[in-house]
Amino acid sequence: MKTRTFKWRNLYLWLVFIVLYAPIIFLIVYSFSKGTTMNNFHGFTWSHYQDLFADSRLIAIFLDTLLIALLSSIIATIIGAFGALGISNTTRPLTKNTLLSLNNILMVSPDVIIGASFLIFFTALKIPLGFGSVLLSHIAFSIPIVVLMVLPKVQEMSTSLLDAAADLGANNWQLLSQVVVPYIMPGIFSGFFMALTYSLDDFAVTFFVTGNGFTTLSVEIYSRARQGINLEINALSGLMFLMALILVIGYYFINQYSSRHRHAAVRGRRS
Amino acid sequence: MQRKQRLSRNTAYFVPYILWILLFVIAPVLLLIYQSFFNIDGQFTFDNYVTYFSSSTYLMMTVNSVWYAFLITLATLLISYPTAYLLNETKHPQLWLLLIIMPTWINLLLKAYAFIGIFSQAGIANQFLSFIGIGPKQLLFTNFSFVFVAAYIQIPFMVLPIYNSISELKPSYVNASRDLGATNWQTFSRVIFPLTMPGVKAGIQAVFIPSLSLFMLTRLIGGNKVITLGTAIEEHFLTTMNWGMGSTIGVVLIIAMVIIMWLTNGNKRRSGKGLTK
Repeated sequence: MKTRTFKWRNLYLWLVFIVLYAPIIFLIVYSFSKGTTMNNFHGFTWSHYQDLFADSRLIAIFLDTLLIALLSSIIATIIGAFGALGISNTTRPLTKNTLLSLNNILMVSPDVIIGASFLIFFTALKIPLGFGSVLLSHIAFSIPIVVLMVLPKVQEMSTSLLDAAADLGANNWQLLSQVVVPYIMPGIFSGFFMALTYSLDDFAVTFFVTGNGFTTLSVEIYSRARQGINLEINALSGLMFLMALILVIGYYFINQYSSRHRHAAVRGRRS
Repeated sequence: MQRKQRLSRNTAYFVPYILWILLFVIAPVLLLIYQSFFNIDGQFTFDNYVTYFSSSTYLMMTVNSVWYAFLITLATLLISYPTAYLLNETKHPQLWLLLIIMPTWINLLLKAYAFIGIFSQAGIANQFLSFIGIGPKQLLFTNFSFVFVAAYIQIPFMVLPIYNSISELKPSYVNASRDLGATNWQTFSRVIFPLTMPGVKAGIQAVFIPSLSLFMLTRLIGGNKVITLGTAIEEHFLTTMNWGMGSTIGVVLIIAMVIIMWLTNGNKRRSGKGLTK
């Protein structure tokens, strides 16, 4: 009786799991099909991948997307980490809550609102649309997630740690670089990875602020998908799946490593 | 105390973050509201709002958008709650959770594109329907496919907060309820569900607001049959270039967002622990 109910439960989970992954696997399987549609598998071929690597325009877009993602998440991580430090340093609860609410506005705003309002903003400031505006937008919408990832770490840090360092004669810079930053590093890493995925995933905001000359992968996929099926996009999705997989695994191991490291350090200190 | 003050007095590092708040959080929203008072020729006017609230097209579009967002949220919730619940009972919940979240790392556009293939005239979904004897149907560019794909995309965002609140639920409450003679259903409806309400609300918030604005799905999957608020904004900004009207709809969307957040955050204090992980 008990084992039977247990199986039913697992069946439901497996079903959800299959539904979640089937479309992605479907895409990747057809990236190896000889045909031109996603209806029948016509035999194995690498030709779509060859087309993809011969498509210099797409490669350039891919590199641009990667560049935007890396630059924006590095800058957002720096600003966001300092932001989290600043927020936790505020003493008045009202100030702190206001800052946190303002921080979360871009987290909950629909992409369309962010995109449209940034478009008005850039136009008002006469910032030309293109690489710069896309980069600025990506930095802007990545900062709040970095803050949310770093803030718990900052608050977890006990003040006696800072006091001890200061008593031992550390100046502000040493305090920051040798005590605070190492301590909050796991939060910084999580924030950086989240910012990276936000940037790689974004379509709507980029679509609004990209102008005519500059494109990212999401926008390019959108305009190609509107024209119908093209198995080169399938090949692209194969590559992007691989990239996402590497990111997830990297993220998982860094998390594992840092938590094990911390536990080890705590244990070591206690013994 | 003194030292802490010395540390907080050195606030230079905080400047970029404050600048970000001023320039990219406050200024754009104010500009959007400001823009909504200008017509297409750049003259100050209240016409956009008058048009919006007197035109049946705009009002119907809004009602439709909210209705579809509701359907998407409901479908997502019905699938996600049992998923999150069962997830909590497995041996390796963290691993399962990671597997549920992983599809969100795949680009949204690629997932939408996959469904163009799956739902197409001779696609795999229709092949299946023919196989079981129903025969091929028009699937792509229907309202059904729009809701289906949107729910598909949002499921992980609903599972995550619900899972968090279920995993925080103390098993002793469930045991107490059983000991006191409650049936499974009573335990669920009187104990488990109310206690996991914060997670459900967070999930609704995470799904409903984006569902009002998913313009790429209405284009690629819904075939422009459903016009969401997001689609309308995109159209006004990038196609007809009527930024004033687009901003007006944007303001309506912001108001809708605030209402939803107010509804889903309403009794956060009463329900004790917040939505944070």
